[in-house]
Amino acid sequence: MSLNYDQAVEKYEPTLGLEVHVELNTKSKMFCSCSTEFGGAPNTQTCPVCLGLPGALPVVNGKAIESTILIGLALNCSIAPFSRFARKNYFYPDMPKNFQTSQYDEPICVNGYLDVEIETDEGVKPFRVEIERVHMEEDTGKSLHVGGATGRIHGADYSLLDYNRAGIPLVEIVTKIVGGTGKYAPQVARAYVTELRDILRSLGVSDVKMEQGSMRCDVNLSLAPIGSGELGTRSETKNVNSLRSVERAVIGEVVRQSNRLQDGERIVQETRHFQEESGQTRSGRSKEQAEDYRYFPEPDLVPVVPDSAWIEELRATLPEKPSTRRARLQAEWSVPDKEMTSLVNAGLLDVVEETITIGADPTRARSWWLGEVSRLANEREVDPTTLITPSQVAEVISLIASGDLTDKLARQVVEGVIAGEGTPVEVIAERGLKVVSDDGALMTAIAAAIASQPDTAERVRGGNIPAAGALIGAVMKATGGQADAAKVRELLLKHLGQGE
Amino acid sequence: MTTIRSSASEMAAALANGETTSVELTEGHYAQIEKVDAQVHAFLYLDKEGALAQAADVDAKRKSGVELSPLAGIPLALKDVLAQKGIPTTCGSKMLEGWRPPYDSTVVSKLKAAGIVILGKTNMDEFAMGSSTENSAYGVTHNPWDLTRIPGGSGGGSSAALAAFEAPLAIGTDTGGSIRQPAAVTGTVGVKPTYGGVSRYGLIAFSSSLDQAGPCARTVLDAALLHEVIAGHDERDSTSIDAPVPQVVKAAKKLDVKGMKIGVVKELQGEGFQSGVLSKFHEGLDALVAAGAELVEVSCPTFDYALAAYYLIAPSECSSNLARFDSMRYGIRIGDDGNRSAEEVMKLTRHEGFGPEVKRRIILGTYALSSGYYDAYYGSAQKVRTLLMRDFNAAFAQADVLVSPTAPTTAFKIGANDNDPLAMYLNDIATIPVNMAGIGGMSLPCGLAEEDGLPVGFQIMSPAMRDDLMYQVGGTLEAALLSKWGGPLLDKAPVLAGN
Repeated sequence: MSLNYDQAVEKYEPTLGLEVHVELNTKSKMFCSCSTEFGGAPNTQTCPVCLGLPGALPVVNGKAIESTILIGLALNCSIAPFSRFARKNYFYPDMPKNFQTSQYDEPICVNGYLDVEIETDEGVKPFRVEIERVHMEEDTGKSLHVGGATGRIHGADYSLLDYNRAGIPLVEIVTKIVGGTGKYAPQVARAYVTELRDILRSLGVSDVKMEQGSMRCDVNLSLAPIGSGELGTRSETKNVNSLRSVERAVIGEVVRQSNRLQDGERIVQETRHFQEESGQTRSGRSKEQAEDYRYFPEPDLVPVVPDSAWIEELRATLPEKPSTRRARLQAEWSVPDKEMTSLVNAGLLDVVEETITIGADPTRARSWWLGEVSRLANEREVDPTTLITPSQVAEVISLIASGDLTDKLARQVVEGVIAGEGTPVEVIAERGLKVVSDDGALMTAIAAAIASQPDTAERVRGGNIPAAGALIGAVMKATGGQADAAKVRELLLKHLGQGE
Repeated sequence: MTTIRSSASEMAAALANGETTSVELTEGHYAQIEKVDAQVHAFLYLDKEGALAQAADVDAKRKSGVELSPLAGIPLALKDVLAQKGIPTTCGSKMLEGWRPPYDSTVVSKLKAAGIVILGKTNMDEFAMGSSTENSAYGVTHNPWDLTRIPGGSGGGSSAALAAFEAPLAIGTDTGGSIRQPAAVTGTVGVKPTYGGVSRYGLIAFSSSLDQAGPCARTVLDAALLHEVIAGHDERDSTSIDAPVPQVVKAAKKLDVKGMKIGVVKELQGEGFQSGVLSKFHEGLDALVAAGAELVEVSCPTFDYALAAYYLIAPSECSSNLARFDSMRYGIRIGDDGNRSAEEVMKLTRHEGFGPEVKRRIILGTYALSSGYYDAYYGSAQKVRTLLMRDFNAAFAQADVLVSPTAPTTAFKIGANDNDPLAMYLNDIATIPVNMAGIGGMSLPCGLAEEDGLPVGFQIMSPAMRDDLMYQVGGTLEAALLSKWGGPLLDKAPVLAGN
């Protein structure tokens, strides 16, 4: 008998570890002046340094150091007065030097924490995730394996390499062991990544677009029998490319591992790949034989020795903490706790704020994003913020307010925008979704409705106002739902001598 | 009348007063290369077209009255470890056969900007690993003093070119003695500047924390002139020193050591040093005393561990630096028949592309960096490095410069150390401490050993960023010895066939 998630967490205690890689949004690469622009033609943003040509040397991008220190400060880390780069020696076809310049035993930021909030059965609760380290490294190039069944290197006919990404500054943020989550491990993981993303966005140091890979999360997870006080063997799940996937990956691994343990099998220490479609993880390379990266201090670079006055200057520039901002916005918009947590955990705070800033009513802005847009995003299994822009949502809301759209029509407009049919105005024009506000056209429909239900009309004339519902329904039907029901009601009642 | 035997400064003077032209000088040196290089094999590649174009350009500028740098128009031989745009750069390895760098190393950019004429690329031990040039994939270079002997290494090509009058100036690189030991055994001058004094950008790395490019010449002043051309901060090399270049030309011209304290390193003159080497070294010391310097004996006990520590650090760094040679992006590719995997092709390419010494060091270094061994090997070696620096600091508290023989022996016979890598490594026993501490070191000729009539090198070591001190002492010693010998030591070298 196989365990489902709820059964699994009744027997086993999950322990998490989260490694988040963030591409910094510096203009130039980590160790050379090549552009970091996304989407350039392959191998057009390269030079001897990021191609690892013989003789070329790296020079650290000062802006990247600044961004990393900012991240460390925002995550309550200590900033090391002396840190060094190290070479991580291993082979991968898209890594030009066959070592990655990274940081090893002397990272730039250590020992921080991040407080998140999760929804529990007992209401919203705080949870502290401790941060082990924040360090800098360079990204690799990209491989495209052509031919073969799997799109992977094995079995491919040939591989194409694009080094535009090689050398883009990456920051790796590693948590300490996250225990004590109990069954809320998926929520904690998601809330942590969400909060981290919000912090990074507020710092302006990264685009933090998980779908584009500028923020990537590896989920380490192990299980141990509840109460055993042990740590189980962990798996490391890669390719977790959305907030939703973070949560699903934890659930998937808890279920997979618990069933193995249940069957008396052992957990293999390995890298696994998250499968978007199924929510399952697939085995990657085994890490049973620990890889030996032969780390040693990078002799081509000098140690990073940030001036303490500079660190304090940077600390002074830290933006409002997302948690403070949340409290402020919650008060400004008067949102209940639970809805606020949903907004935050869905990663919708920014878009909602932006929608409201443009002029939309706070309640409507929230309900559109959390409701219809999120529903459509869930159907498509994507992040809602990738579907539609805050200004489009604000536009739809304003069209409802002005009576140009009904809620029902607005949903169709939003659907059209998401389907790529254009801006709200274009969708309205294209689909012919305008509210029928032409009194003449409505009056024709009203007259027709009265003609077909003379008895009902008579009752309304006699003062039975609720009876008007049937007539209004008939008008709405006749106009294909494009009429504003309130307007129909007003005209109808007036026509039947009941208006004021 | 200037000839190919003139010093670079004499040639520069002749160019300045219109006695000769750069094109004439350049052609003269190509003519000499034509005559003797079949015997010496100093060059791997000649860029006649580029060199003559640069020479003509300098001549035209001179004619039109443009102000030129002191060495403008002088030919130079470039060690094949430095990237020169569009010119084959092999590092003496099969691995890089046919590779033409798409960029200039900073040293090359500076040479070009100074109007120096790069004749071609010189032979070297593969990836600068060796002390004899025998490890080149393209054949051994022969010592012009005795063609059956080695010219030193790794920069044997550059020094042999100077000694055979194929070029008046050359660039070498020195990781453990690769400029100074070849200078010593060919009777020429070679300088390893303070680490960080000359940019490493475009210097194909052997051991990044030890590699340093430097000038090679036949006189101390010529070396100083070239030193000032190539030295200085480079924002493309994080380890290059952001400070003014020591005034080495001025120092080389001082010819005065009165009151200077010369520290004689006790540990670098005992067992293993050839008697003729020691006696010529002592003649050098006597000349300095006669010029008014004071000798003090200094002890650097950690020097005994320098060689061992070096052979952990250099191979460790090389094992990482050479990982990029995987046949994927540049250089040769062996066995890519469409059926083999990338991994198999890489294996075959490395098997054929790297020579035995390079493989030996990659394996050594890979092992030394391995998990569980790091602390014992690489970690300990770094500690020795710190101790070496302390030894040097203590010694420099007692003396302005330190001196020793450059190499324990004169040039040995080609093939003599074929089966004994350790004996080969011992050639660098006196030069390695300088690299490990990152300080400056110079070798200049101090005579011919009685027993074999071959040149002996005198090493001067100066504190970091005080390269001027070794030039001051070197210039003075050179002047004293020249007047004693009645002319340059190279005048005593046998005449090569064709000359």
